[in-house]
Amino acid sequence: MEGAALFQFLLRMGDNTLILGHRVSEWCGHAPVLEEDIALANTALDLIGQTQMWLGLAAEVEGQGRSADDLAFLRDVWDFRNLLLVEQPNGDFGQTILRQFLFDAWHVEMLRRLTDSSDARIAAIAAKALKEARYHVERSGDTVIGLGDGTDESHARMQAALDRLWPYLGEMFHGDGVDEAMEKAAIAPAAEALRAPVSERIEAVLDKATLSIPETRHARSGGKSGVRHSEHLGHLLTQMQWLQRAYPGATW
Amino acid sequence: MYAQMVQSTGKGVKTRAEMTEEEARFQDRIDAGEKIEPRDWMPEGYRKTLIRQIGQHAHSEIVGQLPEGNWITRAPTLERKAILLAKVQDEAGHGLYLYCAAETLGVSRDELTQDLLSGRMKYSSIFNYPTLTWADMGAVGWLVDGAAIMNQVPLQRTSYGPYSRAMIRICKEESFHQRQGYDIMMKMAKGTPEQKRMAQDALNRFWYPSLMMFGPSDADSVHSAQSMAWKIKINTNDELRQKFVDQTVPQAELLGLTIPDPELKWNEARGHHDFSQPDWSEFFAVIQGDGPCNSERMEARRKAWDDGAWVREGLMAHAAKKAARKVAAE
Amino acid sequence: MSTEWPLWEVFIRGQHGISHRHVGSLHAPDAEMAMKNARDVYTRRNEGVSIWVVEARHITASSPSDKGPFYEPSHSKVYRHPSFFDIPDEAGHM
Repeated sequence: MEGAALFQFLLRMGDNTLILGHRVSEWCGHAPVLEEDIALANTALDLIGQTQMWLGLAAEVEGQGRSADDLAFLRDVWDFRNLLLVEQPNGDFGQTILRQFLFDAWHVEMLRRLTDSSDARIAAIAAKALKEARYHVERSGDTVIGLGDGTDESHARMQAALDRLWPYLGEMFHGDGVDEAMEKAAIAPAAEALRAPVSERIEAVLDKATLSIPETRHARSGGKSGVRHSEHLGHLLTQMQWLQRAYPGATW
Repeated sequence: MYAQMVQSTGKGVKTRAEMTEEEARFQDRIDAGEKIEPRDWMPEGYRKTLIRQIGQHAHSEIVGQLPEGNWITRAPTLERKAILLAKVQDEAGHGLYLYCAAETLGVSRDELTQDLLSGRMKYSSIFNYPTLTWADMGAVGWLVDGAAIMNQVPLQRTSYGPYSRAMIRICKEESFHQRQGYDIMMKMAKGTPEQKRMAQDALNRFWYPSLMMFGPSDADSVHSAQSMAWKIKINTNDELRQKFVDQTVPQAELLGLTIPDPELKWNEARGHHDFSQPDWSEFFAVIQGDGPCNSERMEARRKAWDDGAWVREGLMAHAAKKAARKVAAE
Repeated sequence: MSTEWPLWEVFIRGQHGISHRHVGSLHAPDAEMAMKNARDVYTRRNEGVSIWVVEARHITASSPSDKGPFYEPSHSKVYRHPSFFDIPDEAGHM
């Protein structure tokens, strides 16, 4: 049981960074200013690198002879375990950077705790990823503040992005059997344990950004369990997996 | 190359007798291999030609992100995705360095961008060709970057300090670009029959557009003569094109691919390969805006600029508010 | 209102113990973003351990016409260089 749960947990970590990294990479060549284009690519590169580590370990734990690439390119929608938040489309730059910040705020907290994981392999990946995530959250947080507290237009766009994405936040903190097994084995923290520190960080930034937290609505879920992804993920995979699917068995 | 057909403002190279005292002193410094720095005296023609050339080069890097960016989300493995993204990101960086070099000549990046978007300034013809298969990522790295490097390496010695320093940095970073392209080609050429077909098809489509990158023959061009006297152009277009062909032929053989030119053969007497010229009427059509992807490329750049306006303005407004709050607190 | 972000000059210390060196420029709305942009643009290949950014308009540069008076006088102060002095080898390393 624990092996299966561990595999699921590693897929969650790796699929989050895979799908978000993919989304961020869509900006390459299209960002509002060159400096931002380069910075977004750095974020995407970090996330792809983390994906290789998480999915590599997942494949090892699974022990079926699959590779990180097999997991990334040859699973269908229902086998993905990422949060619904990260598969949401880029929208405008405001929606992209807000999605990034909400994820980063959770990601640093999660990684920080994973550096104490009872599984040394997980602790090692987390230690490397944490350094990257700390920079990501600082950059995305400052950009959210700058745009929220910028012009009337930038403020309105950021508020709209927040209203759009807010219902996806709750999924991060809803624990299930996988989370319980991980907590019991001291591999990862309980999902709920991250709620307070993550919320605190998010609220502090939104406050400086002069953005109002939307009224609580029904929290969307179904991504990390794989039970019900959004329609967006299938289109993303169609593109991402095209070559591997069209030319099975080829090496690239 | 990335700056094809840059018009210089002069009417040919002035003789010593025609030069003013300042111009003669300037030419002496260049002949002595000295670098010209932003605050130094320079002829207006030198300044204007440089702005056009560096600007065109910068625009080429930025538009050049698009054909390869077209495949980032479809890269076949995680490692290929990371490599391609890092490479396209480098191109953004190179555009940035070059815009900064141009800015030392008294023009702003926004002004240059406006000139690109309005069509007043050009970018390399090569980026108006589509990337249709994954093998095109190999061909672009191998051929397009190969051609670019051939032009950029000598430009490290160009007379204008900021341009030279930008080129040194660019060449250092770009050394992996061509290799990653060739690496993709090797995998494809030695892969499945479909992969091999893709590789040959990519070479077929990118061969002549790559030869066009060096620009038409400039043997008799007065613009080129002046630029060479000022050391902002180091080799003639034909020299570089020949060098490129000579370098590429054995690389294609190693891949087991055929260069799509029946006239291509080694000329013992010249010590070079003879080869067919590209269709120059196609080149001029592409430069004038009638290439396969000109509209798409410009639409993408305009959209990025227009959609980004609120972001640039928003962050600037926040910076101003922050500065004002700081002053108020002091 | 012009919304073009100001130009910043970037200086990077490549290794511990070495001086900061000018590596290039970039645009940013304020000092904090300039620092982050410098990190993202100019340290993509592990180039640095420390970054300075300064807004370009705050740099005071010597003017080219000062070249003579500024730098040539030091040409004649050859006694500032160790090779000016002939010391017998017997005196040992000095």
